[in-house]
Amino acid sequence: MKRKSKALSSLAELLIPLIALGILILFNLFRDPSFFGIRVAVNNAGNRVLTGNLISIIDSASELAIIAMGMTMVTAACGGQDISVGAVGAISGAVLVKILQAFGAITGPSLIVAFIGACLATILFKLFNGTLVAVFRIQPMIATLILFSCGRSIAYWINGDATPQLASPILSSIGMTIPGIPVPTPIFCVILVGVLLALVFRFTNISLYTQSVGINQGAARLNGINPVAIKLLSFALLGVCVSVASLIGISRLGQLNHKTLLVDIEMDAILAVAIGGNNLGGGKFKLSGSILGAYIIQMLTTTLYAMKVSPVNVKAYKAIVIIVIVVAGSPVVKEKIGALMKRRSGGFHTAAGKGVR
Amino acid sequence: MNGVKNNARAKRREPLTDAQLLMTISIGIFVAMYALAMIFMGGGFLKVQQIFDLLNDNAALIIVASALTIVMIGGGINISVGGVISLTCMACAIFLNAHTGGLSIPLATLLALGIGLAFGAGMGFLVSYLEIQPFIVSLAGMFLARGLTTMLSVNPVKVAHEGFLALVKSKIKISWLGYVAQNGNLIPAKLEIGAVVALLVVLVMALLLRYVRLGRNIYALGGNRQSALMLGINVKRTCFMSYVISGLLSGIAGFVFLTHKPAGNASVAMRSEMDAIAASIIGGTLLTGGVGNVIGTLFGVLILATIQKIIALSPLNASWWQDMASGAMLGFFIILQSVVLSYRSKQKK
Repeated sequence: MKRKSKALSSLAELLIPLIALGILILFNLFRDPSFFGIRVAVNNAGNRVLTGNLISIIDSASELAIIAMGMTMVTAACGGQDISVGAVGAISGAVLVKILQAFGAITGPSLIVAFIGACLATILFKLFNGTLVAVFRIQPMIATLILFSCGRSIAYWINGDATPQLASPILSSIGMTIPGIPVPTPIFCVILVGVLLALVFRFTNISLYTQSVGINQGAARLNGINPVAIKLLSFALLGVCVSVASLIGISRLGQLNHKTLLVDIEMDAILAVAIGGNNLGGGKFKLSGSILGAYIIQMLTTTLYAMKVSPVNVKAYKAIVIIVIVVAGSPVVKEKIGALMKRRSGGFHTAAGKGVR
Repeated sequence: MNGVKNNARAKRREPLTDAQLLMTISIGIFVAMYALAMIFMGGGFLKVQQIFDLLNDNAALIIVASALTIVMIGGGINISVGGVISLTCMACAIFLNAHTGGLSIPLATLLALGIGLAFGAGMGFLVSYLEIQPFIVSLAGMFLARGLTTMLSVNPVKVAHEGFLALVKSKIKISWLGYVAQNGNLIPAKLEIGAVVALLVVLVMALLLRYVRLGRNIYALGGNRQSALMLGINVKRTCFMSYVISGLLSGIAGFVFLTHKPAGNASVAMRSEMDAIAASIIGGTLLTGGVGNVIGTLFGVLILATIQKIIALSPLNASWWQDMASGAMLGFFIILQSVVLSYRSKQKK
């Protein structure tokens, strides 16, 4: 009986995002069946690419999905969220551009060196956040408020120029499509990051350690886990995710705008984590839920655009849908629905329960 | 330094609470900073008008910062305040342009209060009775408020109501605090109505938190929810009320903002929620709940405003320097608080 209810509740964690996604898909099917049409078109560079709403949803949610994965780790380990991801993403972009400009031409090796440099810088900034959280025991939201408020200014200060232009075939193949492959590259980046994280979790104990630090830090410490190291690790992982997302964002536009790069992504990432059924208070986490959450948010936005809602008004509709989703996932409502279901199929359940006992 | 001195005194007399200690530190730093500015920058800082200007320009921020302080003391968070300010500004501006009767200003005030109350009550219900995470609820509130603002009007709406414009221009003049200009005229110190409202709000909230049962319940709720429940406090209702108060105050802040800049605008008070959180923290409120003080928050706002004023008057006048200086100040305060509190908790043991 107990095991069964546990399995049920773990399914229920993903049930609500899945239902939300299902309702969105059904809604679009009834509204306009051609919404999901995928065509092959030829883009400006003369490559054959897939186009369609579905492709554009999955493509443009890439940065959000990648950052949501890192945010899930930080949330699980620290019981709080990092609100400086957008600002640090701008710093990462500024470092990338600075190194690329020092090289002169954008080639494969120079881009790799620049990306590694940007990655290291981002990890450094994230470790600053992590130190405040892990060593000084400051609430994550407060600790990251510092970089949230001055991160974009640091990015501006690093580069001096407001919007450096970076036109290069290598960058456009990262931001859009690689010649010969019809699927947008950012989608592969999400898969790459997801698979890498999954492999790390499969072959190390990081996932278990993170959850135990998030659930009870003291108990984890007594069991020989170093909470400070685990928290710092989660911030470093988020740093890598942020610099990947920042690279995608820059190569999409072919320019760096420190004011608009990854703007407001922190709020959407936290939302994705919450919609995915993760507890924002830390502890257990599901990466798949957060990724699902990211696609739900993007799907919602694209649906609203397709319904001719003006971009500035999208936020209001988005808010209503978010409220509906979180109300459906709230503990009180869940309990009530659970009680209702039990009463309705009461005879069956008690019989099964007796059998187990 | 300050903390050690206070500790020495605390041993002899009744001990300072954490909130009082953190507040004392922030008041001390404000006074020191202002004194240094008076010595090294001189000029405007020597006039009383400078302090009044800080209050005039930041009246709305002071009000929303006290709103956030109250929610944070109760262990919650409300990041929708900036959105509610922009919504109230826009709604009141449109209302005032449509109705020109004598009663239109009081009605606009009621409208502002109503919008704030509706948002506060809605979010409070979701947070306290449905137990949804406050960050997500208020994030949705922020999206809703900003979205509704742009639905009302994408373009800025200037208030053309004559009575209201007269209200905007009317200032309280205090001549004995003024200064004599170069041409020999006495220029009195001017305080806007918004600043008076802000100071009143701070006073009322400080009294409420200290002497009214609801206020003390909010402290108990933020300090330890479980113990508060066992003491017989209606925790859900207390939590609900803290959001209602914060919503109401954001509505007032929106109206005050309109009396400072009489135009509704979709991009008004962008990120003011983060400034308000920063001000609360600098004033000694802990996000974990149970510790905080509205008077400290007032000084938190003044510290942030003074830094910006100093940088604006210095050769480093650029928006990125202002951002970096506020960020550095925030970091300094956060680390200082963490060190002071952990030092005190070690001493208690």
